[in-house]
Amino acid sequence: MSAAVDAPPRRAAWRVPRKALPQLAALLAILLLDRAVSPQFFHVGLSGGRLFGSLIDVLNHGAPVAMLSLGMVLVIATGGIDLSVGAVMAISGALAASLADSHPLPVTLGAALAVGLVCGVWNGLLVAWLRIQPIVATLILMVAGRGVAQLITEGRIRTFSSHGLAWFGGGSVLGVPAAVVVTAAATVLTLALVRGTALGLMVEATGGNARASRLAGIDTRAMTVAVYAWSGLCAAVAGILAAADILGADANNAGLYLELDAILAVVIGGTSLLGGRFSIGLAVVGALIIQAMNTGILLSGLPAEFNLVVKALVVLAVLLAQSPRLKALGLRRPGARATGATP
Amino acid sequence: MNNRNRLPSVTLAASALAMSLLGAAAARAEGLVVGFSQIGSESGWRAAETTVTKQDAKKNGDTVKIADAQQKQENQIKAIRSFIAQGVDGIFLAPVVATGWHQVLSEARDAKIPVILLDRDIDPADKPLYLTAVTSDSVHEGAVAGDWLVKTVGAKPCNVVEIEGTVGASVAANRKEGFDDEVKKQPNIKIIRSETGDFTRSQGKQVMESFIKAENGGKNICAVYAHNDDMMIGAIQAMKEAGLKPGSDILTVSVDSVPDMFRAMIAHDANATVELTPDMAGPAFVALGAYKSKGTVPPKWIETKSVLHTSADGDLQQVLDQKKDLGY
Repeated sequence: MSAAVDAPPRRAAWRVPRKALPQLAALLAILLLDRAVSPQFFHVGLSGGRLFGSLIDVLNHGAPVAMLSLGMVLVIATGGIDLSVGAVMAISGALAASLADSHPLPVTLGAALAVGLVCGVWNGLLVAWLRIQPIVATLILMVAGRGVAQLITEGRIRTFSSHGLAWFGGGSVLGVPAAVVVTAAATVLTLALVRGTALGLMVEATGGNARASRLAGIDTRAMTVAVYAWSGLCAAVAGILAAADILGADANNAGLYLELDAILAVVIGGTSLLGGRFSIGLAVVGALIIQAMNTGILLSGLPAEFNLVVKALVVLAVLLAQSPRLKALGLRRPGARATGATP
Repeated sequence: MNNRNRLPSVTLAASALAMSLLGAAAARAEGLVVGFSQIGSESGWRAAETTVTKQDAKKNGDTVKIADAQQKQENQIKAIRSFIAQGVDGIFLAPVVATGWHQVLSEARDAKIPVILLDRDIDPADKPLYLTAVTSDSVHEGAVAGDWLVKTVGAKPCNVVEIEGTVGASVAANRKEGFDDEVKKQPNIKIIRSETGDFTRSQGKQVMESFIKAENGGKNICAVYAHNDDMMIGAIQAMKEAGLKPGSDILTVSVDSVPDMFRAMIAHDANATVELTPDMAGPAFVALGAYKSKGTVPPKWIETKSVLHTSADGDLQQVLDQKKDLGY
């Protein structure tokens, strides 16, 4: 689109909305479509001290993929990809559910997060030190990780009754579901870490041209390990949220194919798979677009056979709306000067 | 050409049959050695099936050798060949797919080792190659669930929502067909919504949440039917979180009878579940024993019973105690 992101942060602040326009418009369009198929879509009430409504469902169920996309967007920005996040979710969920009833909450959470971090560092070392292509390096854990999770749960659905861990599924802060609060907090933290410091620039530089960045004094290996570690950590949080949601760990299905949803969220958010510039906020918007679509399909009462086709068409429309070539064709007359002037 | 080739193979089959009948008279009634090619342990039910098979063998004084194929047909074919080489008395096969068994089952037939299919059927063209198939009738399972609902609601109007299994899975299609046909006969029962929950708890929960929102906070819903218990357990959670009482505000009926469903029924959160028994091997051992000792040829299909368990049953705790250590 444009090189506006490389401008100093203060000037970028007011430029962000224009860059985000296609995604925000898509989200709005899908929400309005949801409203059309289900008149009570925007109704938000209270049930048991918790906000209750379809819009809340979108946020609540979008949380795991949004969590994954927080890590994925950084990995993709370095030119990598992390296929293992779904399996890491399954591992951390399985561990959390197995420990929840016998250990205090901090130990449970600590262990689940630590295992995610270890998985992430493992991926990072394979990519940064052993120079294995990211898609291959993370494929190893994607396949093996689910097996590890199944070993932890012994192949069955491991349920738990600990109220501490269950809070992440059924609890709330001022009525907002816990999963949404956790994801929002993680988004703010990621933004602060990455955009509040020079880290974001270094990640972009690593993805843009690793060799030049190294010569410029950026420790690209450390950057690579760090982004995969962050991705593992985010996946572990997503795993905890998923396990808390159903009060149990389902090693066979938890996080299954969610790595693809996370990649899709990042791509919808306008980040190129080739690495370089990225947007954390828009990746989260991408995750919400995906979930708004899923929830809408469920509410529409459309026969189940149509789900994937509808989803594919909507994704196609969103991605087409972002296509620079198409934009050049469609907006030449009235908006040509506005878009053309940006770079 | 074709006809000429066929003749010897028919005589071969006939002579094989005669030989196996002769051999059968000499075989021992007890202490059979059986090779079981299991698909894997992808679900709790399958783990329970493996456990029950071992228990059955122990009870009868038979020996069972289990080969876990990890979802791969090639592994199952290897396992069957190794069972043939070991000269087992019979082979149980839970086929991972329906086709591609002709060659290896012909080898088993040539070695005069009877093959019994468990839980799933194969290509009808290969019918002569196995002794019998022990499976449940998943259309019937749906019908049993539908019948329970019809009897429970009586003449009252009732709106049903259905949480389907994975799109394209034959079990899902069959359980839907059986249930839908049963309730369609009743003018007072209507299936108002139907969506897929992919057989998982988290999808089942998400689908139920959307049903509740789309149907006036759940007030329009009288009953839920889920194609398996796991999706229903998710749905029960969704109902609770929406402030509804599953089991009384909204009736529940699902299929499988996993231990967690018994826990839910004991807690009065669920009403009924149709059992898909993990004991497919029990009838298979009986059929194999009779065939080996007396030469009795069983029917081509042995249907397992689809037992209905409801929250009104007095023996829920006993059934749960039996089931909980099977590996579900």
